[in-house]
Amino acid sequence: MLTEKPETHACSCGGKTGGCAKKQETVEETAPHHGHDHGHEAAEELTDDEAARKLSMSRRNFMKHSAIVAGAATAAACSTEELEKFTAHRLREMTQPELKQLIKRLEADYKKQFKKNVEVRATPAAEGVKFGYALDLSRCIGCRRCVHACVKENNQSRPTPEGEHNNPIHWIRVLEMEKEKGIDLSDANPYYNPAEVPREGHFYMPVQCQQCENPPCVKVCPVQATWKEPDGIVVIDYEWCIGCRYCMVACPYGARRFNWAEPNLPADQLNPNTHVLGNRPRPKGVVEKCTFCIQRTREGRYPACVEICPVGARKFGNMLDPKSEIRAVLESKRVFILKEDLNTRPKFFYFFGI
Amino acid sequence: MAAAVSPKNYFLSRFEPLLRAFLVAPLAVAMVGSCQSAPAGKAAIDSPDPVHTGPATLPPPQNGLPPDPIHSVKEEPKGFAVPKPPLSKELWPCQDCHEAQVPNPVRRELKEEHTNIHLHHDEANRWCLDCHNKDNRDFLHLASGVTITFDESYRLCGQCHGTQYRDWKSGIHGKRTGMWDGEKQYLLCVHCHNPHSPHFKPLKPEAPPVRPTLIR
Repeated sequence: MLTEKPETHACSCGGKTGGCAKKQETVEETAPHHGHDHGHEAAEELTDDEAARKLSMSRRNFMKHSAIVAGAATAAACSTEELEKFTAHRLREMTQPELKQLIKRLEADYKKQFKKNVEVRATPAAEGVKFGYALDLSRCIGCRRCVHACVKENNQSRPTPEGEHNNPIHWIRVLEMEKEKGIDLSDANPYYNPAEVPREGHFYMPVQCQQCENPPCVKVCPVQATWKEPDGIVVIDYEWCIGCRYCMVACPYGARRFNWAEPNLPADQLNPNTHVLGNRPRPKGVVEKCTFCIQRTREGRYPACVEICPVGARKFGNMLDPKSEIRAVLESKRVFILKEDLNTRPKFFYFFGI
Repeated sequence: MAAAVSPKNYFLSRFEPLLRAFLVAPLAVAMVGSCQSAPAGKAAIDSPDPVHTGPATLPPPQNGLPPDPIHSVKEEPKGFAVPKPPLSKELWPCQDCHEAQVPNPVRRELKEEHTNIHLHHDEANRWCLDCHNKDNRDFLHLASGVTITFDESYRLCGQCHGTQYRDWKSGIHGKRTGMWDGEKQYLLCVHCHNPHSPHFKPLKPEAPPVRPTLIR
């Protein structure tokens, strides 16, 4: 009870982007990686103070008073915007006007942060579409063009030259493996960096979110901040994610990434065409991952990794359309999926085209 | 078992392949000879393309089923919306220089022109005029002698690389950009493969990810 009550007030901003004075103080005091726990810390601090002065009070009175003090402090410190954020629904349950309001707020925030117009769309899934992806392992040469095209398209955190914020995020990981050993994930090397690829006797296997039909990451999320859309894309509500990283543990493909620090995204490198469930700039403390470039594919375009691949190893399309390339692959090639025994049923297929 | 076969049948079954070879071989020789004597070059350019103008009517589908794939005539696709081939602006059109020259089909080291071309594409068996049209260099030709434009070079490549051609037509081989659900931009074989040296050249990989231990 003691910890519960103050927590309801303690940082209604619930958030990651800051703005609330109370929050900023506590964030400075606590470790920067635990921005989400600050509510709890603030509560304890407050109750300590109060308790020292009002030791003689009855428990009931003490609780009453502390709640009033806390409420007043919240009202003073947090703007109506913060209150709105706190009372907002999760994205999945939002009505159209609520969604519009959220987008308006996000666009205003980004304008303030990057001094640049950022368009946030919320294009819904189209009827009769189930996205599928296929990758030709006999073509891939491991050049990582896809990795960096993805970083640029999806506004991932960049490395800094000084190395101060050396937490670049890649959604695609290219594994180098030995031809002699075959596909052996335990012996794969994602950090290869020779002068030229492909290296003699090696082959390459890019791994990204497999967009499972039966996604374990969705099952474990304690706040249901991640789910599978009707077109098969597994998405994350960045406003709702609490950063517990259970999903990262549950994912058998290591496809999810965590923003350990405020992402380093220079305004001149920002891609302003964004989707609310995809590549919009993320705050610190949330999980992110490949969304099949939801901002592009929901508009009918190919994902960025498909378009950049210099060897044409990547195939994408609607699995429900018999004329699509992905169907041609599925019908004429021997495809396989990663870790089939886990029954995750990925919509990301690998094949050997030769 | 052996007693059931009559001597005549035994002879036929034993020597049938040999007999066939004797009967078919002269026919094949005659056909090859007629092919070689067929008009080539300029005359072939003017003549209609036998594949693309091809059979005008396919047998009508019966009971809503597609035509029998073996007994109906196979139709070539009516061409693809491909971008222009990457021809060098300084050298194109080829006929500007070649029109005045007498074609020299002899295999030799190119010393005056085209010195940057090093053939690494079944070079032991082929030379320029196996693909380039002898009498009008602005065109290519197929093994059948049919003249084609550079825009249709995929047909030339497809003669040997049949599986790749089949996959390219369905979008498995090669790259398409644009819309997954609409207009796509195709690429010709020669946009990615140098036709004179088609093997992919190694590339420098882009930056690897940071090891978790180095993240600050």
